[in-house]
Amino acid sequence: MVTPQAIVIGCSAGGLTALESLFANLDPALPQSIAVCCHTGSATVELLCELLAKHASLPVEEARERAPMQGGVIHVAPSGYHLLVETSRRFALSVDQRVSFARPSIDVLFESAAEAWRDALIGIVLTGANSDGANGLLRIRQCGGIAVVQEPTNAESPAMPAAALERAGADYCLPLADIAPLLNRLCLP
Amino acid sequence: MNDLAGKAKAPDTSLDDIEIELFVRALKLRHGYDFTQYAPASLKRRVLQLAHAQEAATVSDLTTRLLHEPSFLPVALEGLSVPVSEMFRDPDVFLALREQVLPVLASYPQINIWQAGCAHGQEVYSLAILLEEAGLYERTQIYATDFNESALQQAQEGIYPAREAQLWSRNYLAAGGRHTLADYYSARYEFIKLDQRLRRNVIFANHNLVTDEVFCEAHLVLCRNVLIYFSDPLQDRTLSLFRDSLVRGGFLCLGTRESLDFAPSAGDFTPVDAARRIYRLGPRGAGKE
Repeated sequence: MVTPQAIVIGCSAGGLTALESLFANLDPALPQSIAVCCHTGSATVELLCELLAKHASLPVEEARERAPMQGGVIHVAPSGYHLLVETSRRFALSVDQRVSFARPSIDVLFESAAEAWRDALIGIVLTGANSDGANGLLRIRQCGGIAVVQEPTNAESPAMPAAALERAGADYCLPLADIAPLLNRLCLP
Repeated sequence: MNDLAGKAKAPDTSLDDIEIELFVRALKLRHGYDFTQYAPASLKRRVLQLAHAQEAATVSDLTTRLLHEPSFLPVALEGLSVPVSEMFRDPDVFLALREQVLPVLASYPQINIWQAGCAHGQEVYSLAILLEEAGLYERTQIYATDFNESALQQAQEGIYPAREAQLWSRNYLAAGGRHTLADYYSARYEFIKLDQRLRRNVIFANHNLVTDEVFCEAHLVLCRNVLIYFSDPLQDRTLSLFRDSLVRGGFLCLGTRESLDFAPSAGDFTPVDAARRIYRLGPRGAGKE
Protein backbone atom coordinates (compact mmCIF):
# COMPACT_ATOMS: atom_id res chain seq x y z
CA MET A 1 0.00 0.00 0.00
CA VAL A 2 1.14 3.56 -0.78
CA THR A 3 2.02 5.61 2.27
CA PRO A 4 -0.24 8.69 2.24
CA GLN A 5 1.60 11.96 1.70
CA ALA A 6 -1.21 14.41 2.25
CA ILE A 7 -4.43 14.77 4.22
CA VAL A 8 -7.36 17.02 3.36
CA ILE A 9 -10.12 17.70 5.87
CA GLY A 10 -13.53 19.32 5.44
CA CYS A 11 -16.05 20.44 8.05
CA SER A 12 -18.59 23.15 8.74
CA ALA A 13 -21.06 23.41 11.64
CA GLY A 14 -19.36 22.10 14.78
CA GLY A 15 -16.07 21.96 12.94
CA LEU A 16 -13.93 23.97 15.33
CA THR A 17 -14.45 21.62 18.27
CA ALA A 18 -13.96 18.57 16.08
CA LEU A 19 -10.75 19.93 14.57
CA GLU A 20 -9.40 20.90 17.99
CA SER A 21 -9.81 17.40 19.28
CA LEU A 22 -8.53 15.77 16.08
CA PHE A 23 -5.40 17.92 15.91
CA ALA A 24 -4.64 17.53 19.61
CA ASN A 25 -4.24 13.80 19.09
CA LEU A 26 -2.17 13.73 15.94
CA ASP A 27 1.35 12.46 16.34
CA PRO A 28 3.67 15.51 16.18
CA ALA A 29 6.02 13.47 13.99
CA LEU A 30 3.49 13.19 11.12
CA PRO A 31 5.35 14.20 7.96
CA GLN A 32 2.21 14.61 5.81
CA SER A 33 0.93 17.91 4.43
CA ILE A 34 -2.48 18.70 5.86
CA ALA A 35 -5.05 21.11 4.41
CA VAL A 36 -8.32 22.06 6.06
CA CYS A 37 -11.42 23.65 4.62
CA CYS A 38 -13.75 24.79 7.38
CA HIS A 39 -16.79 26.92 6.55
CA THR A 40 -16.76 29.95 8.82
CA GLY A 41 -18.86 33.06 8.62
CA SER A 42 -15.95 35.33 9.48
CA ALA A 43 -13.94 37.55 7.16
CA THR A 44 -10.61 35.96 8.04
CA VAL A 45 -9.39 32.68 9.47
CA GLU A 46 -6.84 34.35 11.71
CA LEU A 47 -8.78 33.53 14.85
CA LEU A 48 -9.54 30.00 13.67
CA CYS A 49 -5.82 29.38 13.10
CA GLU A 50 -5.01 30.78 16.52
CA LEU A 51 -7.59 28.61 18.27
CA LEU A 52 -6.49 25.49 16.44
CA ALA A 53 -2.82 26.21 17.12
CA LYS A 54 -3.54 26.16 20.84
CA HIS A 55 -4.53 22.51 20.67
CA ALA A 56 -2.72 21.15 17.66
CA SER A 57 0.38 19.04 17.92
CA LEU A 58 1.52 20.43 14.54
CA PRO A 59 1.98 24.04 13.37
CA VAL A 60 -1.17 25.68 11.96
CA GLU A 61 -1.12 28.42 9.35
CA GLU A 62 -3.31 29.98 6.70
CA ALA A 63 -2.69 28.42 3.29
CA ARG A 64 -0.80 30.88 1.09
CA GLU A 65 -1.31 31.36 -2.61
CA ARG A 66 1.35 29.59 -4.74
CA ALA A 67 3.12 28.19 -1.67
CA PRO A 68 3.94 24.47 -1.65
CA MET A 69 1.92 22.22 0.65
CA GLN A 70 4.43 21.76 3.41
CA GLY A 71 4.92 18.49 5.21
CA GLY A 72 4.11 18.47 8.91
CA VAL A 73 2.04 21.63 8.66
CA ILE A 74 -1.72 22.16 8.94
CA HIS A 75 -2.82 24.65 6.26
CA VAL A 76 -6.18 26.38 6.67
CA ALA A 77 -8.13 27.61 3.63
CA PRO A 78 -8.47 31.41 3.71
CA SER A 79 -11.91 32.90 4.09
CA GLY A 80 -13.71 34.00 0.93
CA TYR A 81 -11.52 32.04 -1.50
CA HIS A 82 -11.60 28.53 -2.88
CA LEU A 83 -8.40 26.72 -2.02
CA LEU A 84 -7.05 24.42 -4.74
CA VAL A 85 -4.00 22.20 -5.04
CA GLU A 86 -2.16 22.26 -8.36
CA THR A 87 -0.55 19.07 -9.67
CA SER A 88 2.73 20.75 -8.69
CA ARG A 89 1.32 20.35 -5.15
CA ARG A 90 1.31 24.07 -4.61
CA PHE A 91 -1.73 25.98 -3.44
CA ALA A 92 -3.86 28.12 -5.73
CA LEU A 93 -6.79 30.38 -4.86
CA SER A 94 -9.89 31.31 -6.76
CA VAL A 95 -12.86 33.61 -6.23
CA ASP A 96 -15.09 31.66 -8.60
CA GLN A 97 -18.70 31.24 -7.66
CA ARG A 98 -19.67 29.42 -4.51
CA VAL A 99 -19.98 25.65 -4.66
CA SER A 100 -22.71 24.18 -2.43
CA PHE A 101 -23.22 27.75 -1.16
CA ALA A 102 -19.68 27.78 0.16
CA ARG A 103 -16.41 29.52 -0.60
CA PRO A 104 -14.06 28.01 0.36
CA SER A 105 -15.72 24.82 -0.76
CA ILE A 106 -14.60 21.42 0.46
CA ASP A 107 -15.41 19.87 -2.93
CA VAL A 108 -13.06 22.28 -4.69
CA LEU A 109 -10.19 21.48 -2.30
CA PHE A 110 -10.83 17.73 -2.37
CA GLU A 111 -11.25 17.41 -6.14
CA SER A 112 -8.07 19.33 -6.93
CA ALA A 113 -6.09 17.59 -4.18
CA ALA A 114 -7.30 14.21 -5.46
CA GLU A 115 -5.74 14.89 -8.83
CA ALA A 116 -2.55 16.29 -7.34
CA TRP A 117 -1.91 13.50 -4.84
CA ARG A 118 -3.75 10.61 -6.51
CA ASP A 119 -3.56 7.51 -4.27
CA ALA A 120 -1.29 9.22 -1.74
CA LEU A 121 -4.16 11.24 -0.27
CA ILE A 122 -6.47 10.81 2.69
CA GLY A 123 -9.74 12.78 2.62
CA ILE A 124 -11.74 13.30 5.80
CA VAL A 125 -15.29 14.62 6.14
CA LEU A 126 -16.27 15.71 9.64
CA THR A 127 -19.34 17.31 11.19
CA GLY A 128 -21.29 19.80 9.08
CA ALA A 129 -24.73 20.93 8.08
CA ASN A 130 -24.74 20.66 4.29
CA SER A 131 -23.50 18.30 1.59
CA ASP A 132 -20.25 20.03 0.60
CA GLY A 133 -17.40 17.53 0.44
CA ALA A 134 -19.45 14.59 -0.81
CA ASN A 135 -18.45 15.00 -4.46
CA GLY A 136 -14.88 15.74 -3.48
CA LEU A 137 -14.63 12.62 -1.37
CA LEU A 138 -15.93 10.56 -4.29
CA ARG A 139 -13.21 12.06 -6.48
CA ILE A 140 -10.59 11.16 -3.90
CA ARG A 141 -11.77 7.54 -3.89
CA GLN A 142 -11.87 7.45 -7.68
CA CYS A 143 -8.26 8.59 -7.77
CA GLY A 144 -7.26 5.84 -5.39
CA GLY A 145 -7.10 7.84 -2.16
CA ILE A 146 -8.48 6.85 1.22
CA ALA A 147 -11.83 8.21 2.44
CA VAL A 148 -12.54 8.72 6.12
CA VAL A 149 -15.92 9.92 7.37
CA GLN A 150 -16.95 10.80 10.91
CA GLU A 151 -19.80 8.54 12.01
CA PRO A 152 -22.87 10.77 11.52
CA THR A 153 -24.39 9.73 14.86
CA ASN A 154 -21.17 10.87 16.51
CA ALA A 155 -21.12 14.25 14.73
CA GLU A 156 -22.45 17.48 16.20
CA SER A 157 -24.07 18.08 12.84
CA PRO A 158 -24.66 14.80 10.97
CA ALA A 159 -25.78 16.05 7.53
CA MET A 160 -22.37 16.44 5.96
CA PRO A 161 -20.84 13.10 6.93
CA ALA A 162 -24.14 11.41 6.03
CA ALA A 163 -24.14 13.04 2.58
CA ALA A 164 -20.52 12.00 2.05
CA LEU A 165 -21.30 8.39 2.98
CA GLU A 166 -24.26 8.32 0.67
CA ARG A 167 -22.44 9.84 -2.29
CA ALA A 168 -18.93 8.46 -1.91
CA GLY A 169 -18.95 5.76 0.72
CA ALA A 170 -15.87 5.49 2.89
CA ASP A 171 -12.92 3.29 3.66
CA TYR A 172 -13.30 4.17 7.32
CA CYS A 173 -16.38 5.46 9.12
CA LEU A 174 -15.43 6.21 12.71
CA PRO A 175 -16.29 8.27 15.76
CA LEU A 176 -14.14 11.40 16.00
CA ALA A 177 -11.98 10.01 18.82
CA ASP A 178 -10.81 7.14 16.62
CA ILE A 179 -9.80 9.26 13.61
CA ALA A 180 -6.51 10.68 14.97
CA PRO A 181 -5.24 7.23 16.00
CA LEU A 182 -6.19 5.91 12.54
CA LEU A 183 -4.23 8.70 10.87
CA ASN A 184 -1.22 8.11 13.10
CA ARG A 185 -1.33 4.44 12.16
CA LEU A 186 -1.79 5.02 8.41
CA CYS A 187 0.72 7.83 8.15
CA LEU A 188 3.69 6.80 10.23
CA PRO A 189 6.02 4.13 8.92
CA MET B 1 -16.86 -4.06 6.45
CA ASN B 2 -15.86 -0.43 6.51
CA ASP B 3 -16.15 -0.40 2.78
CA LEU B 4 -19.58 1.21 2.78
CA ALA B 5 -19.76 1.55 -0.97
CA GLY B 6 -17.60 -0.19 -3.53
CA LYS B 7 -14.98 2.04 -5.10
CA ALA B 8 -16.12 3.26 -8.47
CA LYS B 9 -13.95 2.47 -11.46
CA ALA B 10 -11.13 4.98 -11.71
CA PRO B 11 -12.02 7.56 -14.35
CA ASP B 12 -9.46 8.43 -16.94
CA THR B 13 -8.33 11.79 -15.59
CA SER B 14 -5.69 12.11 -18.20
CA LEU B 15 -8.41 12.02 -20.85
CA ASP B 16 -10.03 15.08 -19.25
CA ASP B 17 -6.67 16.79 -19.24
CA ILE B 18 -6.04 15.96 -22.90
CA GLU B 19 -9.44 17.28 -23.91
CA ILE B 20 -8.93 20.48 -21.93
CA GLU B 21 -5.54 21.02 -23.50
CA LEU B 22 -7.05 20.64 -26.97
CA PHE B 23 -9.87 23.02 -26.07
CA VAL B 24 -7.42 25.64 -24.85
CA ARG B 25 -5.28 25.15 -27.94
CA ALA B 26 -8.32 25.58 -30.22
CA LEU B 27 -9.28 28.77 -28.40
CA LYS B 28 -5.82 30.14 -29.05
CA LEU B 29 -5.40 28.99 -32.65
CA ARG B 30 -8.91 29.80 -33.81
CA HIS B 31 -9.62 32.96 -31.83
CA GLY B 32 -6.33 34.25 -30.43
CA TYR B 33 -7.36 33.97 -26.77
CA ASP B 34 -4.47 32.46 -24.88
CA PHE B 35 -5.32 30.53 -21.71
CA THR B 36 -2.28 28.26 -21.93
CA GLN B 37 -0.62 30.06 -19.04
CA TYR B 38 -3.58 30.06 -16.70
CA ALA B 39 -3.25 28.19 -13.40
CA PRO B 40 -4.40 24.69 -14.38
CA ALA B 41 -6.57 23.63 -11.43
CA SER B 42 -9.12 26.44 -11.59
CA LEU B 43 -9.02 26.54 -15.40
CA LYS B 44 -9.95 22.87 -15.41
CA ARG B 45 -12.89 23.51 -13.09
CA ARG B 46 -14.12 26.29 -15.35
CA VAL B 47 -13.88 24.29 -18.54
CA LEU B 48 -15.67 21.32 -16.96
CA GLN B 49 -18.31 23.68 -15.58
CA LEU B 50 -18.79 25.19 -19.02
CA ALA B 51 -19.23 21.71 -20.47
CA HIS B 52 -21.77 20.93 -17.78
CA ALA B 53 -23.66 24.21 -18.29
CA GLN B 54 -23.73 23.62 -22.05
CA GLU B 55 -24.89 20.07 -21.51
CA ALA B 56 -21.95 18.90 -23.57
CA ALA B 57 -21.13 15.22 -23.15
CA THR B 58 -17.41 15.91 -23.43
CA VAL B 59 -15.06 18.87 -23.52
CA SER B 60 -14.26 17.87 -27.10
CA ASP B 61 -17.84 18.82 -28.03
CA LEU B 62 -17.03 22.32 -26.80
CA THR B 63 -13.87 22.32 -28.90
CA THR B 64 -15.88 21.47 -32.01
CA ARG B 65 -18.25 24.34 -31.31
CA LEU B 66 -15.32 26.70 -30.77
CA LEU B 67 -13.96 25.78 -34.17
CA HIS B 68 -17.19 25.87 -36.17
CA GLU B 69 -19.71 28.05 -34.37
CA PRO B 70 -18.65 31.72 -34.14
CA SER B 71 -21.48 32.60 -31.74
CA PHE B 72 -20.08 30.16 -29.19
CA LEU B 73 -16.92 32.22 -28.54
CA PRO B 74 -18.52 34.81 -26.23
CA VAL B 75 -20.27 32.02 -24.33
CA ALA B 76 -16.96 30.23 -23.84
CA LEU B 77 -15.16 33.40 -22.78
CA GLU B 78 -17.88 34.25 -20.29
CA GLY B 79 -17.63 30.72 -18.88
CA LEU B 80 -13.87 30.91 -18.60
CA SER B 81 -13.77 34.25 -16.86
CA VAL B 82 -16.61 33.72 -14.33
CA PRO B 83 -16.28 37.22 -12.94
CA VAL B 84 -17.48 37.27 -9.36
CA SER B 85 -17.01 40.34 -7.23
CA GLU B 86 -18.81 42.74 -4.98
CA MET B 87 -18.72 46.47 -4.33
CA PHE B 88 -16.10 47.49 -1.78
CA ARG B 89 -14.98 43.86 -1.37
CA ASP B 90 -12.44 43.84 1.51
CA PRO B 91 -13.61 47.21 2.85
CA ASP B 92 -10.36 47.79 4.71
CA VAL B 93 -8.54 47.89 1.37
CA PHE B 94 -10.80 50.69 0.16
CA LEU B 95 -10.32 52.42 3.49
CA ALA B 96 -6.56 52.17 3.00
CA LEU B 97 -6.90 53.54 -0.54
CA ARG B 98 -8.96 56.40 0.85
CA GLU B 99 -6.55 57.20 3.65
CA GLN B 100 -3.13 56.31 2.27
CA VAL B 101 -3.28 56.47 -1.51
CA LEU B 102 -5.76 59.19 -2.50
CA PRO B 103 -3.98 61.90 -0.46
CA VAL B 104 -0.84 61.21 -2.54
CA LEU B 105 -2.76 61.06 -5.81
CA ALA B 106 -4.28 64.42 -4.90
CA SER B 107 -0.92 66.04 -5.61
CA TYR B 108 -1.22 65.24 -9.33
CA PRO B 109 -3.08 67.69 -11.57
CA GLN B 110 -4.51 64.79 -13.58
CA ILE B 111 -4.97 61.31 -12.12
CA ASN B 112 -5.03 58.19 -14.29
CA ILE B 113 -6.23 54.93 -12.79
CA TRP B 114 -6.12 51.60 -14.55
CA GLN B 115 -8.54 48.99 -13.29
CA ALA B 116 -7.17 45.88 -14.99
CA GLY B 117 -9.64 43.00 -15.24
CA CYS B 118 -12.70 45.01 -14.25
CA ALA B 119 -15.16 42.13 -14.90
CA HIS B 120 -18.69 43.31 -14.15
CA GLY B 121 -17.51 46.66 -12.86
CA GLN B 122 -18.34 46.50 -9.17
CA GLU B 123 -14.91 47.85 -8.26
CA VAL B 124 -15.01 50.54 -10.95
CA TYR B 125 -18.09 52.05 -9.34
CA SER B 126 -16.58 51.60 -5.87
CA LEU B 127 -13.50 53.47 -7.00
CA ALA B 128 -15.53 56.25 -8.63
CA ILE B 129 -17.48 56.73 -5.40
CA LEU B 130 -14.25 56.83 -3.42
CA LEU B 131 -12.82 59.50 -5.72
CA GLU B 132 -16.06 61.46 -5.77
CA GLU B 133 -16.10 61.62 -1.97
CA ALA B 134 -12.45 62.67 -1.89
CA GLY B 135 -13.22 65.53 -4.29
CA LEU B 136 -10.80 64.11 -6.86
CA TYR B 137 -13.08 62.59 -9.43
CA GLU B 138 -13.30 65.65 -11.68
CA ARG B 139 -9.62 65.34 -12.52
CA THR B 140 -9.49 61.57 -12.67
CA GLN B 141 -9.63 59.28 -15.66
CA ILE B 142 -10.39 55.64 -14.93
CA TYR B 143 -9.50 53.07 -17.57
CA ALA B 144 -11.51 49.94 -16.90
CA THR B 145 -10.35 47.03 -19.01
CA ASP B 146 -11.26 43.39 -19.46
CA PHE B 147 -10.84 40.82 -22.22
CA ASN B 148 -14.42 39.69 -21.85
CA GLU B 149 -16.65 41.88 -24.03
CA SER B 150 -19.92 40.84 -22.44
CA ALA B 151 -18.52 41.54 -18.95
CA LEU B 152 -17.48 45.00 -20.17
CA GLN B 153 -20.98 45.63 -21.43
CA GLN B 154 -22.47 44.64 -18.11
CA ALA B 155 -19.93 46.81 -16.34
CA GLN B 156 -21.07 49.81 -18.38
CA GLU B 157 -24.70 49.15 -17.57
CA GLY B 158 -24.00 48.97 -13.84
CA ILE B 159 -27.04 46.82 -13.10
CA TYR B 160 -26.76 44.27 -10.32
CA PRO B 161 -29.12 41.99 -8.39
CA ALA B 162 -30.81 43.86 -5.55
CA ARG B 163 -30.03 41.05 -3.12
CA GLU B 164 -26.38 42.21 -3.17
CA ALA B 165 -27.23 45.73 -2.00
CA GLN B 166 -27.30 44.94 1.69
CA LEU B 167 -23.80 43.46 1.82
CA TRP B 168 -22.42 46.15 -0.45
CA SER B 169 -23.93 48.89 1.73
CA ARG B 170 -22.24 47.38 4.78
CA ASN B 171 -18.96 47.18 2.86
CA TYR B 172 -19.31 50.80 1.76
CA LEU B 173 -19.72 52.01 5.33
CA ALA B 174 -16.86 49.84 6.58
CA ALA B 175 -14.74 51.37 3.82
CA GLY B 176 -15.31 54.81 5.33
CA GLY B 177 -18.21 55.82 3.08
CA ARG B 178 -19.56 59.28 3.92
CA HIS B 179 -23.18 58.80 2.84
CA THR B 180 -25.20 55.65 2.27
CA LEU B 181 -24.63 53.49 -0.76
CA ALA B 182 -28.30 53.97 -1.68
CA ASP B 183 -27.41 57.55 -2.62
CA TYR B 184 -25.55 56.10 -5.59
CA TYR B 185 -28.08 53.69 -7.01
CA SER B 186 -31.74 53.40 -7.84
CA ALA B 187 -33.60 50.19 -7.08
CA ARG B 188 -36.13 48.76 -9.47
CA TYR B 189 -37.79 45.39 -9.15
CA GLU B 190 -35.07 42.88 -8.38
CA PHE B 191 -32.23 45.10 -9.52
CA ILE B 192 -30.18 48.10 -8.57
CA LYS B 193 -28.68 50.44 -11.15
CA LEU B 194 -25.63 52.48 -10.28
CA ASP B 195 -25.86 56.22 -10.91
CA GLN B 196 -24.57 56.62 -14.44
CA ARG B 197 -22.92 59.91 -13.58
CA LEU B 198 -20.33 57.77 -11.80
CA ARG B 199 -19.31 56.60 -15.25
CA ARG B 200 -18.57 60.03 -16.63
CA ASN B 201 -14.81 59.68 -16.25
CA VAL B 202 -14.55 55.98 -16.98
CA ILE B 203 -13.37 54.58 -20.28
CA PHE B 204 -14.28 50.92 -20.68
CA ALA B 205 -11.98 49.15 -23.10
CA ASN B 206 -11.10 45.68 -24.25
CA HIS B 207 -7.61 44.71 -23.13
CA ASN B 208 -6.15 41.28 -22.58
CA LEU B 209 -3.46 41.10 -19.91
CA VAL B 210 -2.13 37.92 -21.47
CA THR B 211 -1.45 39.22 -24.96
CA ASP B 212 -1.75 43.01 -25.00
CA GLU B 213 0.86 45.59 -24.10
CA VAL B 214 0.99 48.64 -21.84
CA PHE B 215 -2.37 50.35 -21.86
CA CYS B 216 -1.85 53.80 -20.41
CA GLU B 217 0.29 55.85 -18.06
CA ALA B 218 -1.22 55.27 -14.65
CA HIS B 219 -0.84 56.65 -11.15
CA LEU B 220 -2.69 53.71 -9.67
CA VAL B 221 -3.26 50.22 -11.03
CA LEU B 222 -5.96 48.12 -9.40
CA CYS B 223 -5.90 44.46 -10.27
CA ARG B 224 -7.45 42.41 -7.53
CA ASN B 225 -7.89 38.66 -7.71
CA VAL B 226 -6.99 38.46 -11.37
CA LEU B 227 -3.40 37.27 -11.14
CA ILE B 228 -4.45 34.39 -8.88
CA TYR B 229 -5.62 32.68 -12.08
CA PHE B 230 -2.23 33.08 -13.77
CA SER B 231 0.80 30.79 -13.76
CA ASP B 232 4.01 32.16 -12.24
CA PRO B 233 5.51 33.36 -15.55
CA LEU B 234 2.27 35.05 -16.63
CA GLN B 235 1.87 36.66 -13.22
CA ASP B 236 5.41 37.98 -13.54
CA ARG B 237 4.85 39.27 -17.08
CA THR B 238 1.70 41.07 -15.98
CA LEU B 239 3.50 42.70 -13.06
CA SER B 240 6.13 44.00 -15.45
CA LEU B 241 3.32 45.35 -17.61
CA PHE B 242 2.03 47.24 -14.57
CA ARG B 243 5.54 48.45 -13.78
CA ASP B 244 5.87 49.86 -17.30
CA SER B 245 2.46 51.52 -17.04
CA LEU B 246 2.98 53.20 -13.69
CA VAL B 247 4.57 56.58 -13.17
CA ARG B 248 7.48 56.59 -10.76
CA GLY B 249 6.03 56.24 -7.26
CA GLY B 250 2.72 55.04 -8.72
CA PHE B 251 0.58 52.61 -6.73
CA LEU B 252 -0.38 48.99 -7.35
CA CYS B 253 -3.21 47.31 -5.48
CA LEU B 254 -3.64 43.52 -5.65
CA GLY B 255 -6.02 41.07 -3.94
CA THR B 256 -5.43 40.60 -0.22
CA ARG B 257 -4.38 36.97 -0.50
CA GLU B 258 -2.13 37.25 -3.54
CA SER B 259 1.47 36.18 -3.25
CA LEU B 260 4.41 37.73 -5.08
CA ASP B 261 6.88 35.13 -3.79
CA PHE B 262 7.39 33.59 -7.21
CA ALA B 263 7.50 36.79 -9.27
CA PRO B 264 10.94 38.35 -9.88
CA SER B 265 9.21 41.60 -10.96
CA ALA B 266 7.90 42.00 -7.42
CA GLY B 267 11.31 43.47 -6.62
CA ASP B 268 10.30 46.61 -8.56
CA PHE B 269 7.61 47.36 -6.00
CA THR B 270 7.76 48.40 -2.36
CA PRO B 271 4.94 47.52 0.03
CA VAL B 272 3.03 50.51 1.36
CA ASP B 273 0.48 48.41 3.21
CA ALA B 274 1.64 44.82 2.91
CA ALA B 275 -1.44 43.23 4.51
CA ARG B 276 -3.72 44.97 2.02
CA ARG B 277 -1.33 44.32 -0.87
CA ILE B 278 -0.81 47.97 -1.72
CA TYR B 279 2.58 48.69 -3.29
CA ARG B 280 4.49 51.59 -4.81
CA LEU B 281 6.67 51.44 -7.85
CA GLY B 282 10.32 51.83 -6.94
CA PRO B 283 12.76 50.56 -4.36
CA ARG B 284 12.17 51.33 -0.70
CA GLY B 285 12.36 55.07 -0.03
CA ALA B 286 11.94 55.97 -3.70
CA GLY B 287 8.92 57.66 -5.16
CA LYS B 288 8.71 60.43 -2.56
CA GLU B 289 7.20 63.45 -4.22
